[in-house]
Amino acid sequence: MLRFKIEKAPAPVWFRTLIPFIAIVVTFIVTSVFIIWAKANPFTAYYYFLIAPLSNPVSAIEVLVKGTPLLLTGAAVTFAFASGYYNIGAEGQLLAGAIAAAGLGMVLGPLPALLNIPIMLIGGFAAGMLWALIPALLKVKLAVDEVVTTLLMNTIILFFISWLLNGYWRDPVSHQPQSATIAPSTVFPKLVVHSRLHLGFIVAVLVIIIIYFVIKRTALGLQMRSVGLGKDAARFAGVKVGTTMLIAALVSGGIAGLAGVGEVAGIHFHLISQISPGYGYTGIIAATLGGLNPLGVGLAALFIGLIDTGAQTVSSAMSIPIYLGNVVEATLLLVTLSMFVLQNYRIKRV
Amino acid sequence: MDTFLIGLAAATLRVATPLIFGTLGELFCERAGILNLGIEGTMLFGAFVGFAAAGATGSLWLGLLAAILAGMLSGLLMGFLSVRLGVNQHVSGLGITLLLTGLSYFSYRLISGEKALQPTITPFDPIRLFGNLPVLGPIFEQYLLTYLAILLVPLAWLVLFRTNFGLKMRAVGENPEAADAAGVNVYHTRYLALAIGGGLMATGGAFLSLAQMGTFTFGFINGRGWVCIALIIFGNWEPFRLLGGALLFGLVFALQLRLQSTGLQLPYEVFLALPYLVTILVLAIAGRNTAAPSAMLKPYRRE
Repeated sequence: MLRFKIEKAPAPVWFRTLIPFIAIVVTFIVTSVFIIWAKANPFTAYYYFLIAPLSNPVSAIEVLVKGTPLLLTGAAVTFAFASGYYNIGAEGQLLAGAIAAAGLGMVLGPLPALLNIPIMLIGGFAAGMLWALIPALLKVKLAVDEVVTTLLMNTIILFFISWLLNGYWRDPVSHQPQSATIAPSTVFPKLVVHSRLHLGFIVAVLVIIIIYFVIKRTALGLQMRSVGLGKDAARFAGVKVGTTMLIAALVSGGIAGLAGVGEVAGIHFHLISQISPGYGYTGIIAATLGGLNPLGVGLAALFIGLIDTGAQTVSSAMSIPIYLGNVVEATLLLVTLSMFVLQNYRIKRV
Repeated sequence: MDTFLIGLAAATLRVATPLIFGTLGELFCERAGILNLGIEGTMLFGAFVGFAAAGATGSLWLGLLAAILAGMLSGLLMGFLSVRLGVNQHVSGLGITLLLTGLSYFSYRLISGEKALQPTITPFDPIRLFGNLPVLGPIFEQYLLTYLAILLVPLAWLVLFRTNFGLKMRAVGENPEAADAAGVNVYHTRYLALAIGGGLMATGGAFLSLAQMGTFTFGFINGRGWVCIALIIFGNWEPFRLLGGALLFGLVFALQLRLQSTGLQLPYEVFLALPYLVTILVLAIAGRNTAAPSAMLKPYRRE
């Protein structure tokens, strides 16, 4: 029987940057099994998946549209994970931002857009922070595992939205449970006419750049990374571990909230309960694939935006179920994770 | 006893069934030191595989068997990632949920095509345990899997606390270094616990498709796996307390369904959110004093 063991042997630095790319290739090889099962040619499928969406401007812009919320949830997850706070709650915090945007959009009508758009962004950021507050406080003050609490908060807010949309906020004109349409002065301006690309994309890119500088170049970033590497060592070095983690968790929630604002003010213009097809969870994939480096995470988020768009192209061109996109993304996550572990180890036959 | 209460008691048992399977499955994983967030996806995958296999073979039992095997495979994949490679358990578990959710929907669409008519199977028939006795008769008109779920609770307790395997499992969950020194194979024990756990989770999902609903749809599990994660904490990692938690959740859920149908204007969402809020409260009160296995979330590597 073939036996193997894993021993410590760090790979060279240049290899680390290559890992996401190798992971992408491995993922496509693995997932071609499902394409063959769907009686399709994997090469044709991957053409529609990766190249066709970029070959015309309309769908290329759609890649950026789909990438917008992922840039933000990816940034949110990265910011928290960098300090060792496992925020699985980006999904709920995004929804909190969406609620705030829908609420503000209903009442801010009379004010000018120049004033409204910053208010929408601040409101969404604050709502995301608020939804991140309880798990963060429980973690910092009582050492309660944040993964379980943030996960529970994701479900709780869905019930809250359902309550809002079946009650006070229900748009009487619509047959679907949705809130009233937001005022025109609160709608994000379009970046390209006749497309869905909106101001949120610029916000998302700015956030990526800002968190890159915060994590890499500021004292807070240094403290966050030291806490992420080891709490005891950080505490010994004089870092306020609790405060640092709290800040990271709250800012992470705020950034995720911005993603919700973008979906309401840029795409849907009202609140619906299915406003996010799991962007918060996909943000974890982007963060992992990007190796928790904000710039890498940005590229990864856009790449996942490409997969999302490509899944639609594959589905309509070759009638392969659209869920192939989800399978590819999840496989990519698991493959990347495994490879990042393996870079520090060597598999040896015994 | 009036029909309202009888109906309520019967519905409580029905709602609790997938949760009992799910929490027992998660219990095995966590007792061995692995937080398996793949539960939500594994339950869905079990529901799908059970449904598809039953549809293809015409046998509900083969469907159930296929679901269990699929769940065990999911557990082994979690084992490969978290036990063998020592990958972060949060992210790998979540990744498995994402993968199996995508895979279930993909395969379902592939099998059912774009047909407007949903494929159906003839589900399991309920069994009347107490015949036509008043009260007990209609309450215990449940599916075989429900009775099995309840029987599994003392069985899981026996395995965990009265067998050599249970002792090994708890040892690798509490202190893998010491267990290893005492000659326990940490990897094998954790793999086995994950495989058993995955099989149980998948059975919980298959209960929904093969018995309660007789169909498979999108959003089928709808957060039941996350409820199980919460119930484990609520039940303090003890099989009988888990049963209590699952029944309590079943009761609250069944109650809100019945209150909704009576036309009472109640915000039923509050009832639905209650178990989650209570769990967070339990966590806040118990804090670091919870009985969580000490080695949970910590990968073990033999040096």
